[in-house]
Amino acid sequence: MDTTLHTPSRQELFAGFFSVGLSGFGGVLPLAHRMLVMRRRWLSDAEFTEVLGLGQVLPGPNIVNVAVAVGSRFHGVSGALAAVGGLMLAPLVIVLLLATLYGQYQSLSALRGVLAGLASAGAGLVVAMGLRLAERLERRGWCLATALLTLAAVTVWSLPLLGVLLVIAPLAIALAWWTRETRS
Amino acid sequence: MSVLLSLLATFSLFSLMAVGGANAILPEIHRYVVESNGWMSGTEFAALFAIAQAAPGPNVLVVSLIGWKVAGIPGALVSTLGMCGPSSLLSFYVARLWHRFRASPWRKAIERGLAPVTIGLVLGSAWLLSRSANDGWPGWLLCAVTAVVAWRTKLNPLWLLGAGALLGWLGLV
Repeated sequence: MDTTLHTPSRQELFAGFFSVGLSGFGGVLPLAHRMLVMRRRWLSDAEFTEVLGLGQVLPGPNIVNVAVAVGSRFHGVSGALAAVGGLMLAPLVIVLLLATLYGQYQSLSALRGVLAGLASAGAGLVVAMGLRLAERLERRGWCLATALLTLAAVTVWSLPLLGVLLVIAPLAIALAWWTRETRS
Repeated sequence: MSVLLSLLATFSLFSLMAVGGANAILPEIHRYVVESNGWMSGTEFAALFAIAQAAPGPNVLVVSLIGWKVAGIPGALVSTLGMCGPSSLLSFYVARLWHRFRASPWRKAIERGLAPVTIGLVLGSAWLLSRSANDGWPGWLLCAVTAVVAWRTKLNPLWLLGAGALLGWLGLV
């Protein structure tokens, strides 16, 4: 198997992320893996895992963070702009066209019905995303307690998110540090 | 103008709070646009989320749509820029450090510590969306079935959204 990696140009960065943005429905990260590692060979599997970990641990849209990290790795600021521009351009145009149509026809009862059905199914998808993440959570008391406390803080108690994060995030990282496996 | 500035400033702050992506902070966005400013109803919020889900592209587009609803195309652009800008800057600078510290136990601790926080936030968003989107038992049923199927199978989510849209069109939800 050919395992040599390819260094993309700025145009290729734009085109690659353009294809990811345009074809990703309900989550684009799996497509990013196919494009970056398997089809275009810009990153090895290990490099992708590292970039993905970074995209997920930093705040903000995960795939945008991944695009910034990949683009800047090859071409600095202009590479990052090319990757993010490619990723966002087509979806932004499409969603704004849909929004304009929605604004025009939102009084139609058929459209209201369609959106109600979409919204219920869409909420279900987010529930599934949460459940899938929860399945992979470490089976430790503090992990479960942190997840439940965060959930209660933003739902039952409706606390402001900034305060919640400033308290819970450092605490959780400290607990993770405490329970780390020390290998010699 | 002041609305655009408010969108830019608020979403810039949200950008740095979105641990786990845009889907993690929907309750906070809801509080800002529905509860504090009354720019839309909870039902409209759910409808915009539905449109973003049905369109191709990243989850962050829900923010573009909310900005559009509040202040048209300029609102959409400003909100998207706010939501992506600060976190992208952070990502740009941290990417190198991240690679350099790949063997550091701190990196692992940060990843492990934030994982349960993300889960709590995403489930919080799921709860908010479910409450805004479902106003009768058929909606709750559809939502629950979608959640189980999406969780347990590898079915493309587009089929589930399509089924939801069809049931809604038939007036069943």
